[in-house]
Amino acid sequence: MTSAAAGPDAAAPPHRGRRRPRWGDRLLRAYTWLVLAWLLAPVAVMIAFGFNDTRSKSNVSWQGFTTRWWGRLGDYPDLTAAVVNSLEIAAIATVVATALGTGMGVALGRYRFRGQGGTDLMMFAAISAPEIVMGASLLSLFVSLGVPTGFGTIVLAHVLFSVSFVAVTVRARVAGMDPAVEEAARDLGASAWAAFWRVTFPMILPGVLAGALLAFALSIDDFVITQFTGGATVTFPLWIYGAVRIGVPPQVNVLGTIIFGIGVLVAVLNAVAGRRRRG
Amino acid sequence: MTDIQQDMAAAEAGDPAAAPVPAIELAGVVKEYHARGEVVPAVRGVDLSIAEGEFFALLGPSGCGKTTTMRMVAGFEDPTRGTVRLHGRDVTAVPPNRRDVNMVFQSYALFPHMNVWDNVAFGLRRRGLPREEVRRRVAETLEIVDLAGRERRRPRELSGGQQQRVALARALANRPRALLLDEPLGALDLKLRQAMQGELKRIQREVGITFVHVTHDQGEALAMSDRIAVMNDGRIEQLGPPREVYERPATRFVAGFIGTSNLLAGTVAEVVGDLAVLRAGEDGRVLLPAGDHLRPGGPVEITVRPEKISIETVEPVPGVSAVRGTVTDASYLGTANSYLVRLPEGTEFTVFEQNVHDSGLTARRGDTVWLSWQPQHSYAIGSRTPS
Ligand SMILES: Nc1ncnc2c1ncn2[C@@H]1O[C@H](COP(=O)(O)OP(=O)(O)OP(=O)(O)O)[C@@H](O)[C@H]1O
Ligand SMILES: [Mg+2]
Repeated sequence: MTSAAAGPDAAAPPHRGRRRPRWGDRLLRAYTWLVLAWLLAPVAVMIAFGFNDTRSKSNVSWQGFTTRWWGRLGDYPDLTAAVVNSLEIAAIATVVATALGTGMGVALGRYRFRGQGGTDLMMFAAISAPEIVMGASLLSLFVSLGVPTGFGTIVLAHVLFSVSFVAVTVRARVAGMDPAVEEAARDLGASAWAAFWRVTFPMILPGVLAGALLAFALSIDDFVITQFTGGATVTFPLWIYGAVRIGVPPQVNVLGTIIFGIGVLVAVLNAVAGRRRRG
Repeated sequence: MTDIQQDMAAAEAGDPAAAPVPAIELAGVVKEYHARGEVVPAVRGVDLSIAEGEFFALLGPSGCGKTTTMRMVAGFEDPTRGTVRLHGRDVTAVPPNRRDVNMVFQSYALFPHMNVWDNVAFGLRRRGLPREEVRRRVAETLEIVDLAGRERRRPRELSGGQQQRVALARALANRPRALLLDEPLGALDLKLRQAMQGELKRIQREVGITFVHVTHDQGEALAMSDRIAVMNDGRIEQLGPPREVYERPATRFVAGFIGTSNLLAGTVAEVVGDLAVLRAGEDGRVLLPAGDHLRPGGPVEITVRPEKISIETVEPVPGVSAVRGTVTDASYLGTANSYLVRLPEGTEFTVFEQNVHDSGLTARRGDTVWLSWQPQHSYAIGSRTPS
């Protein structure tokens, strides 16, 4: 910046965020807000109808504000049981899928081995396969093996479809890591085990956490595959589906709001932790 | 430092042989990689013996196998053939965490999620040293590399030179018996590089351990090392002190790789006393010390360094090498003048002339000049000349 060219903001450093927004920037900003609004509108409706003072069975038209449903969450014992099932399944599936997927991601990102191409292909096949196909084929598999469908088979199925997502996120993280860092740990006296836990794992942790969140999110609201593999076990999404014909009670909205709230909380915590990590 | 000396004394006390055991020994080491069904020979047979406390440089062009050699010493690669010994112990099959050497990586490879202190303490903690000892040694090492006061910083909050010093401290804190440095200054700018060269030398003197320094910068190798191994295409072409490698290059490759050198091929015309004489052009001659391998009529290739040559417009006195040529380029470089002179048989010589007189350039483009140099500055290249 020469003194001859000094404009009104000559004293300010030539910082990108400081300059006056131009047309393109404004358009981009407006567009971003529009997309966000579109994404969040259904969530807003769900939250609002958890406070709807409805008298009838169906909770579709606004009748006035009440917090009554928040106090009567347990009115439907089978709904409560379904939510508990969903949370348990999601928790177990997340832990198992994260453990397996992390191992796969590290192996795929770090080493060259026989069968790597095949593993890659299978992973992406599992990600891109239509759920209905996966659900149907899992059901025939369980039936032909004589495995009784229920809680266990749901967990198995959920692990199966989320493990690839974890592996992909972890692999991306591992691939971006300088392999010399782990070697340095070994060089400084760490066994392979210690080098992994003290150096590699903390470095890929953001990828592992992202994978775990993805696995949890995929599991908690899965309907299609659960429908096929669930037997008599009912989860939260299955219960809602069953209730649609007779009218979905506002408690479902309240539960949905709580689950959404937890999700937001986790995301915020993650962002704060990330900011702190970056210092 | 005192600990190391005690260790050494203890080791020697238990050793019946009086001859000092080399810190690092490579015997017939070969490394072949297998990439897409092809065998890639990275190291083609290296024999090397590095003494305790030595500052040793491994010098060579990109891809000649320097990193691979170091990685075999550190234990990250298994040699395809051959043995690696550290202080007399065969460690060929020992994993890196159980070898008493530490490596400073070209990319530094600092732990990004740990601060400077934890980076430096890593090795000490892995070895289970008491907390107090760890604290003392980390502080001491940070003092040596001049990083005291930055313990709480994360690696990415440091400059390149500071990161480099953390990497060095992290390795040094363990008091390894040898430190392997893989182009540790490669990522630094010239100024910092020169400053760090001095620092490394000082640190090595201070701690007194063996340093093996990989570089492709010949100036760096010459300036810092006790001995240099010049590598090319997976082999060591020459091994010796800087002066010897520079003044007496063993092969054409070494002559060309280290500094600028002029090559001249010819036949020995006669041997007079202890001097061999080559004819160059109609009235030129090259004198060099006669070795046993120089016989009249035998072919010989000599090299002479550009700064050993004087450039004159009159015929030089007898008793020195003297060849006539035409100046094809003359440039003023500040501290020196540089000339390119074409000899009658077509080879071009580079000549550096110190800028001691204020008359400027001795000769200009197109002038006919005499080049002369002392007999001992002609050096016959050995028969190991590849290609
Ligand atoms: N993992 C590997 N697989 C296949 N070939 C390799 C591997 N590592 C190195 N090579 C090959 O071995 C040769 C020597 O490599 P090396 O890294 O030792 O060279 P270098 O002397 O350290 O070079 P630079 O100065 O560029 O670092 C090169 O030709 C390289 O392509
Ligand atoms: Mg290298």
